[in-house]
Amino acid sequence: MRVPAAPRRSGSVLALPVAAVVLVLSVGVAVTIGPADLALAEVGRSVATHLGLGGLFGLEPLPALRDGMVWQLRMPRILTAAAVGAGLAVCGAVMQSLTRNPLADPYLLGLSSGASLGAVLVLLAGVPLLLPVAAFAGAVGALALALTLAGALGAITPTRTVLAGLAISQLCAAAVSFVIFWSAKGDAFREVLSWLMGSVASATWTSVAIAGGAVLVLGTLLALTGSVLDAFTFGDTAAAALGVPVNRARWILLIGVALLTGALVSQSGSIGFVGLILPHAVRLFTGARHRLLLPLSALAGASFLVWADTLARTVFEPRELPVGIVTAAIGAPVFAFLLWKGNQR
Amino acid sequence: MSAGHVAATDAPTRTRSSGAGLTADGVFWEIGSRAILDDVGVLAPGGAVTGLLGPNGSGKSTLLRVLAGAQQAGRAGSGGAAPSSASGPSLEFDGADLAALPRRERARVLALVEQDATTDLPLTVLDAVLLGRIPHRSLLAGDSDADRAAAHAALDAAGAKELADREVGTLSGGERQRVHMARALAQASRLLLLDEPTNHLDISAQLHAMRVLRDLAADGVTVVAALHDLNLAASTCDHLVLLDHGRVVAAGPVAEVLVPEVLEPVYGVRVDVLRHPRTGRPVLSFERG
Repeated sequence: MRVPAAPRRSGSVLALPVAAVVLVLSVGVAVTIGPADLALAEVGRSVATHLGLGGLFGLEPLPALRDGMVWQLRMPRILTAAAVGAGLAVCGAVMQSLTRNPLADPYLLGLSSGASLGAVLVLLAGVPLLLPVAAFAGAVGALALALTLAGALGAITPTRTVLAGLAISQLCAAAVSFVIFWSAKGDAFREVLSWLMGSVASATWTSVAIAGGAVLVLGTLLALTGSVLDAFTFGDTAAAALGVPVNRARWILLIGVALLTGALVSQSGSIGFVGLILPHAVRLFTGARHRLLLPLSALAGASFLVWADTLARTVFEPRELPVGIVTAAIGAPVFAFLLWKGNQR
Repeated sequence: MSAGHVAATDAPTRTRSSGAGLTADGVFWEIGSRAILDDVGVLAPGGAVTGLLGPNGSGKSTLLRVLAGAQQAGRAGSGGAAPSSASGPSLEFDGADLAALPRRERARVLALVEQDATTDLPLTVLDAVLLGRIPHRSLLAGDSDADRAAAHAALDAAGAKELADREVGTLSGGERQRVHMARALAQASRLLLLDEPTNHLDISAQLHAMRVLRDLAADGVTVVAALHDLNLAASTCDHLVLLDHGRVVAAGPVAEVLVPEVLEPVYGVRVDVLRHPRTGRPVLSFERG
């Protein structure tokens, strides 16, 4: 029997390459946007030179000032945004499937609150250099607490995961508020606020290495778990009956999500809505199966955050918004639209 | 609805040469100190439909999950467990030890259809049925043409061919049940466990579902279905197991289990057994006891 492909699938073969091209173009174009105008060709020249391909194409290096703008200022920031967006979208999709909860996001296990607590403590203590380490430690600590709590209640079912995460989140959030209320003033307060809203403004090539490396390693591993996540579609019992080791799979995936999210949050603060909205938006196109959903969410999340960050740094030039404000401002209406569209079914 | 009755004509208990079917022994399960399953043993002949009967809370669903390996049985948590529980229950199917099989291999041998399983995700029926192929391919592989062909064949067999492109969330109860059956069929297992496959279905859909099970049994699949409707069990099952408070109170051919002396104490109602004029199978009538 020759099987007609569902109409939705016909475009799916092209979806990944198209999304990848969109991402590369987005990065390229985003680099040209800013206070000093740059041409796309200049971006290409700078990138080619730094990758050691300049000679190959017979390209002249850019003047030092313009090259610095491309390679030292804008490129690290934009690549960090892309990596963070990709990672958050994948983590969000995994969390939503694992907890069977459409409102789940990468921060569900109290990760963002834990990271915030670590970050705020070092910011207010005046050692901002330790920020990434403290944020990561906070995130992992919150995860450990949440999983211990969920595990102490018995098997880590979706509901227990969500509730334990909520408890830890609230606890850390209260601690953050207390610390800020008690000791923050002036500049430190702005710094804290900007971190809490999420921002990639201070990204360097180190940020690119950490966020990008985490996404390439952990994100790729997570993106390969599509069949396992598919098996969870009708719940734990159905997954077990399909041969999935339910508890082990859930532990491994939760820890993978937590490590990746912790690495991202340590570089960008807790940027909201990307991990919540992107998977839903991509599902409208791919359906609920994960094999395409996960990689496509990653690519779409990367492009989305690149543009959100571009808006954040240009709309109120020369002032900058934390990118978290932009993602929330775009994300909330999109989410409302998705809910409304879901009701139409 | 003559088609519905055709199902009954080939129903008399047969002794099959095609294998021993499912034998479970010493199944315990308790929550806190309350025994949900207390030393349950089940024998489901191969290539036959076995009905799992019992009042609400008698342990039918739990037993099915244990049989499917979705719930580890026999390691009762807090004392009071019978001695044999230490080693776990013995679960044998066609001579193979189910408990010793690796998970994925077990998922190729048996499939489970739960009650009312649904999802909020925008999943098409075809995709839902393709989930049944997961145990049959590498976890990294996508759907092959063979997988899609198997899924379509399963939809066909379950009478859900025309639903393939619909979304699971938009289906009626009867349609959804057919899809879950198709998913289990796509799993190509030789042992099919179903938890109240006729729940919430109208009479025509109920007969259709049972018809599918009879056809499968005729093809040599061992079917175990938890059922509430005793008359449906009477008209379609070959073999029955009656549970009450986590214990097996009766097991055997339909005519031996569906008798007033067995049913009345379990359900607390008066039972009269009549004969179906055409099939000769029992038809039950109930009154408050």
